[in-house]
Amino acid sequence: MSGRVLVGVKRVIDYAVKIRVKPDNSGVVTDGVKHSMNPFCEIAVEEAVKLKEKKLIKEVVAVSCGPQQSQETIRTALAMGADRGIHVEVAGKDYETLGPLQVSKIMAALAKKEDAQLLILGKQAIDDDCNQTGQMTAALLDWPQGTFASEVSLDGDKVKVVREIDGGLETIKISTPAVLTADLRLNTPRYATLPNIMKAKKKKIANVKPADLGVDLTSRLEVLKVEEPPQREAGVKVETVEDLVGKLKETGRI
Amino acid sequence: MLLRKVSQSSALCGTILRIPPVLSGGQRQAGVVALQNSRLYASEAAQAVLEKPAAVGSDAATKVENKAAAAESKSFAVGIFKGQIATAQVFPFPSVLSQEQEQFLRELVGPVGKFFEEVNDAAKNDALEKVEDHTMEGLKEMGAFGLQVPADLNGLGLSNTQYARLVEIVGGHDLGVGITLGAHQSIGFKGILLFGNPAQKEKYLPKLATGEHIAAFCLTEPASGSDAASIKTTAVQSPCGQYFTLNGSKIWISNGGLAEIFTVFAKTPMKDPKTGEMKDKITAFVVERSFGGVTSGPPEKKMGIKASNTAEVYFDNVRVPADCVLGEVGGGFKVAMNILNNGRFGMAAALSGTMKSSIAKAVDHAANRTQFGSKIHNYGVIQEKMARMTMLQYVTESMAYMISGNMDSGATEFQIEAAISKIFASEAAWNVTDECIQVMGGMGFMKDAGVERIMRDLRIFRIFEGTNDILRLFVALNGFQSAGNQLKGLQKALKNPLGNAGLLAGELTKRAKRKAGLSTGLTLQGTVHPELAQSGELTVKAIEQFGLVIEEMLIKHGKKIIDEQFVLKRVADCAIDLYAMVVVLSRASRALTQGHASAQYEKMLCETWCMEASDRVMRDIKLLRSGESRKLFKNLRAISTALVENGGPVSPHPLGF
Repeated sequence: MSGRVLVGVKRVIDYAVKIRVKPDNSGVVTDGVKHSMNPFCEIAVEEAVKLKEKKLIKEVVAVSCGPQQSQETIRTALAMGADRGIHVEVAGKDYETLGPLQVSKIMAALAKKEDAQLLILGKQAIDDDCNQTGQMTAALLDWPQGTFASEVSLDGDKVKVVREIDGGLETIKISTPAVLTADLRLNTPRYATLPNIMKAKKKKIANVKPADLGVDLTSRLEVLKVEEPPQREAGVKVETVEDLVGKLKETGRI
Repeated sequence: MLLRKVSQSSALCGTILRIPPVLSGGQRQAGVVALQNSRLYASEAAQAVLEKPAAVGSDAATKVENKAAAAESKSFAVGIFKGQIATAQVFPFPSVLSQEQEQFLRELVGPVGKFFEEVNDAAKNDALEKVEDHTMEGLKEMGAFGLQVPADLNGLGLSNTQYARLVEIVGGHDLGVGITLGAHQSIGFKGILLFGNPAQKEKYLPKLATGEHIAAFCLTEPASGSDAASIKTTAVQSPCGQYFTLNGSKIWISNGGLAEIFTVFAKTPMKDPKTGEMKDKITAFVVERSFGGVTSGPPEKKMGIKASNTAEVYFDNVRVPADCVLGEVGGGFKVAMNILNNGRFGMAAALSGTMKSSIAKAVDHAANRTQFGSKIHNYGVIQEKMARMTMLQYVTESMAYMISGNMDSGATEFQIEAAISKIFASEAAWNVTDECIQVMGGMGFMKDAGVERIMRDLRIFRIFEGTNDILRLFVALNGFQSAGNQLKGLQKALKNPLGNAGLLAGELTKRAKRKAGLSTGLTLQGTVHPELAQSGELTVKAIEQFGLVIEEMLIKHGKKIIDEQFVLKRVADCAIDLYAMVVVLSRASRALTQGHASAQYEKMLCETWCMEASDRVMRDIKLLRSGESRKLFKNLRAISTALVENGGPVSPHPLGF
């Protein structure tokens, strides 16, 4: 086995930022807004670095698809312990319509090109909440998938994954190469220390274009409108239970 | 003296005014705004006249002019004392980061902020009166203990501007931690960075950078605070010359209980090479706790920055190897002053972060609190508080980054500006946080709101690293010294009035015009953005009058000016306001020139600040000129004397008992 793990990291609006919708309702305001690595991607990077520290795998490669600024996200992954990065340049219109289908095609191509043993992604991104990329990539590659992982352990050429599902926890054993997606309780990501950030400056980030990977970025989706959730309206106070029942009937609730 | 002597001889006066300028003008070099009638400035003119033969050779003129010009200071603060506007270090607003440095800094800001938000618990540190162990470990791992140590010695090799940006984050979250870090690297081992020889740097910096060893700066003693030159700790050199024996005690040493490496200042008896007599001069040493004989007392209980360890440190016959001397034997005072001077900009940066945090709390409260039917931010009283808070923060921030930018550009003369920034920042932060509590009302007074802790933390900033009172004297006296040198040049020229007729005529006219409130051609037009022309004019007028009153004070008091502290304090206040005006003019000009989204807002901040600052300066100048000031100062002195004599308030109780 190559001992190489690919980790996908996405640059998203920071979780603490108050999101504002653009006046033309075409999307949210991103200019000048603080961005950072998707929290689930951080967990994915941490897991990969942990595997390397345990000497179970040999190399961690951080991948991000997006404009120039995505390099900052890759650098954060490098500062956390990834060995090198791959920046797939997607900008302008293409970036606006970039979604799980396109990203999974890119990831699949890279996983094959880099002869990856594992591809670890965050379970979903906090901006679009799609929860699709990992699953689609596995399907494109015809690889097994261990999604919503809260525990991962390598065993020879098999991986044991404990999954968080609605009913509780499910443990599965899958062969490598495989796709894993990280859930919240998988681990606690380390802080990038300043000396590591400095060392990360020397690590390489390769530049790749989607066309080089033979990927077509055309989107099948068109965003029609983006709106704020409706404002919470004021409630109405009633005096008696009869009034309450009456009001509920009035508004067609019962 | 100049004005009186010349006017006494009306005939001479008339002759002087009718003779055309002897010297043809040479324009000043870039950096000092030229007067519109081209002629050399006083000091070089005096030099030029005294050193040249009758025939003016252009070569000789330029040579002398260059020599004198080289001695001319680039510092804005020095210039205003001579009624000049030295723009080199203040316009345009410095922008010193290379693209690589800026990108690197951007990457650092996130993790540092995240650490302070998620790991550091300022309230806990304050309650425990110690930085929590896991936080200390985290800070060490983070690399926070060696920000400016060169990268090949385990540090991050940050420039002053990069350091300022990170220290701003620390200041905005936890001043106790800020002082722990600052006492360690901003002063604790700065001496090794500035004055250490390569062997000393290699030996000590690597472990200091990782925080394995903590450092402390040991100057203050029970009987020597502001009067640093009077320290009594001794370091006697052994007859063989191989070591010094250190004896004495230091008080209020930050990190005193934690440090392994101490920068210690002690008196070393030295033979004066000229007279042969023994004199005590201060020497700086790097002292390791492991040398033996070094002990520290228990942590002091303080009003604020409780998380920072403050302790007494005792040196009992400590053997310090001779190669631990920092700098020159006997050159310790200079080492101390340079260390303090070098670290001062850090305080302004940290405090500008603290103010941002206080202001955010005040804004949040004012925007959400409803009283009398409206959110309170709609009321004028609150609006004035908020506006003033943000102006003070804007000025402090501008000063911090202007000075760090100057330092990174290689400026060697920034000690007055650094002192001004320390005074301004510490007082501004105190006022801003105080007003924040006021805006928040009762909530502000409660522990949980977190603002009372900041208030307690801030009080020491007006005291340590040079009390604001001493620094004001320093600013004023430094300024008077350079103004005095200029005046000396003029007085020399007076000895040969006919040979210097043109010069003297010019100087006379300049003073007469300034006294009458007329412009003498000094202008900031072309330097500040045209939209800020009015504020620029206010500044110029203030500087002209300031230069004049400085001269008047010098003429009036001569050398005795150093004892006129009532005057010095007011002079310093004017210098501080003038520097503040110029930094906001510079910053707002840049915003307008670069078309920032906030440019119009910054213009408002600048105009408002300049309006009020110029008022303050003119008012102080008026007081200093008035005969009333003598009475005022005399009264203040008399009241204080009576108070001290009486051991307390002198007037009897209104009830008679």
